Amino acid sequence: MKKLIAWFDERIPLTKTWNIHLAQYPAPKNFNFWYLFGVLATLVLVNQIITGIWLTMNYVPTAEGAFASVEYIMRDIDGGWILRYMHSTGASAFFVVVYLHMFRGMMYGSYQKPRELLWIFGMLIFLVLMAEAFMGYLLPWGQMSYWGAQVIISLFGAIPYIGDDLTLWIRGDYVISGATLNRFFALHVIALPLVLVILVFLHIIALHEVGSNNPEGISIKKPKGSVPDSEKPKFEFHERFTKKYDIVDAIPFYPYYIVKDLVGIGIFLAFFCYVLFFAPAMGGFFLEPPNFEAANPLKTPAHIAPVWYFTPFYAILRAVPDKLFGVILMFAAIVFLFLLPWLDRCKVRSIRYRGTIHKVNLTVFVISFVVLGYLGVKPATEVYTFFARVFTFLYFAFFIFLWFYSKHEKTQPVPERITK
Amino acid sequence: MNQLLKTCLLAAVSVWSVATLAAGPTVPLDKANVNLHDKESLQRGAQLFMNYCLGCHQMQYHRYNRTFRDLEIPEDIGVANLQFTGEKPGDLITNTMSTQQANDWFGTAAPDLTLVARVRGADWLYTYFRAFYVDETRPFGVNNAVFENVGMPHVLQELQGIPRKTYEQRMIDGEMQDVYVGIKTDGSGMLTTEEFDTAMHDLTNFLVYTGEPMLLQQRRIGWYSFGFLLVFTILAWLLKREFFKDVK
Repeated sequence: MKKLIAWFDERIPLTKTWNIHLAQYPAPKNFNFWYLFGVLATLVLVNQIITGIWLTMNYVPTAEGAFASVEYIMRDIDGGWILRYMHSTGASAFFVVVYLHMFRGMMYGSYQKPRELLWIFGMLIFLVLMAEAFMGYLLPWGQMSYWGAQVIISLFGAIPYIGDDLTLWIRGDYVISGATLNRFFALHVIALPLVLVILVFLHIIALHEVGSNNPEGISIKKPKGSVPDSEKPKFEFHERFTKKYDIVDAIPFYPYYIVKDLVGIGIFLAFFCYVLFFAPAMGGFFLEPPNFEAANPLKTPAHIAPVWYFTPFYAILRAVPDKLFGVILMFAAIVFLFLLPWLDRCKVRSIRYRGTIHKVNLTVFVISFVVLGYLGVKPATEVYTFFARVFTFLYFAFFIFLWFYSKHEKTQPVPERITK
Repeated sequence: MNQLLKTCLLAAVSVWSVATLAAGPTVPLDKANVNLHDKESLQRGAQLFMNYCLGCHQMQYHRYNRTFRDLEIPEDIGVANLQFTGEKPGDLITNTMSTQQANDWFGTAAPDLTLVARVRGADWLYTYFRAFYVDETRPFGVNNAVFENVGMPHVLQELQGIPRKTYEQRMIDGEMQDVYVGIKTDGSGMLTTEEFDTAMHDLTNFLVYTGEPMLLQQRRIGWYSFGFLLVFTILAWLLKREFFKDVK
């Protein structure tokens, strides 16, 4: 075995990579519950890719055959329904863990210097994930697949001058049709997953370059020579990390966080299996009831709602009376997230030591996001539209306020070292 | 303060009432109480479907032999009693009415019913089947309390009899008024009201089965997965505890 590894080590950096990224990677010793969701997102990504490959083996990407082929998978393929439900549940689970992962980043200031690029890569992953999910939702070719896509693609028509040509170019037809289904299939199964995997790779490389943040929001890298040996951890870290700094309060990612994450994975999978086996439609939120009816271009459903993970942005879109401005605001909701590292001018990272104003602001932001998500599911009545406007305002107010108060925020003293 | 509380309450109530208004059908739905373990009920439901529904409505994603297997119907008995036009047992449950014909005869294509229970829900179906009533203004002489201006005739009339919306005279505010008390049959059908309700329960049961034929197997595997994950998580936790003894 040793000889074999040595043979590889002479040819590719096998042991070195293993050590830098796992066995000798210094992770702060105080990771809590919120630090699970990165690993879980990776797990769900793998699940989506593997079940996706097997689904494509029997899925027929044509307007005539798509709906029937999904039911064929559900009924006639051995274990086909498990693969399909794993994939559909995985799509929603992906957004659950990614939203929680992003919230973690916001809570502990993980986007702040020097992790701006890491955050940007993460946001790009989120953006591609949304495109991936949107295109995947067309593939079952049910009523909601069809009309949801119709509504979303028509949004691009609001862009002046090029709008109509652009929607035509995206659809490949004057309405959503087999041509649209074909191209969405191509993008969903190869183009976007490839981009996604590359971005995840870059996200992790960027993370391991700057090092992980932690709930205290303080650095585990101290100036070289400033820490006495007695206070250094007894673990061996790769010289890439120890060459320039003294590393404190850290443990190697492998085996410590691997075994810890296994517990989290077990609990996550219990929730996942509950949905998968007992409530795959999740009360109409993961699989919408009208989507069990094949797409019919001549029959518009009474109420078209996107899947739950898009509804906060959908609510923002509908809150604006003008279509173009609504589209702009919807995209702005995501653009502002991209800009977060520069909007937050505070030097303190973690919510634990930030001022009350920031704690309140972040809480209001989370509430706004959740309420907008709820409103996006509901029909746009007068009362709901009123609330959607209020919470859209609060959503954007988070970023604006942040920029103003963060520079001179009254923060609490930050500890030098991770004590717990 | 009191005023503020009142305003808040009013706002909450208005949100709630708008939510319920938008929620769906105006007719309260009866509970279908489906039971997929009741194979006899499912068999009777299949019989009703093949005899009364399949003429117009297909079940084009589901197969005869899968139905026989899941409902514990021996294949020869199934072929002899539930297949009418010489299909093979492995065929999908289809009919020969074309969309063109359906448009000519009913003004719309008869929807496929394989997944109708997943679209509408079991309670909706159970109530719908029992909600036809005489309405001479409609082309087929019937309407439906759950599905207004429904495009299909009341094909189960020979079982139910002629259903009518019934009103009772009641004293309200000192005046005698007609109060709607539901749909009642004239008793000319082959079944009593209770028997008809049972039959519709069977039919609903069958449609819930065809919507998710794997449902029972799905739940069984679900319990095994919980068992596995319980053991896995406990072992992982013990492992974690052991390793973290190093971390101070």
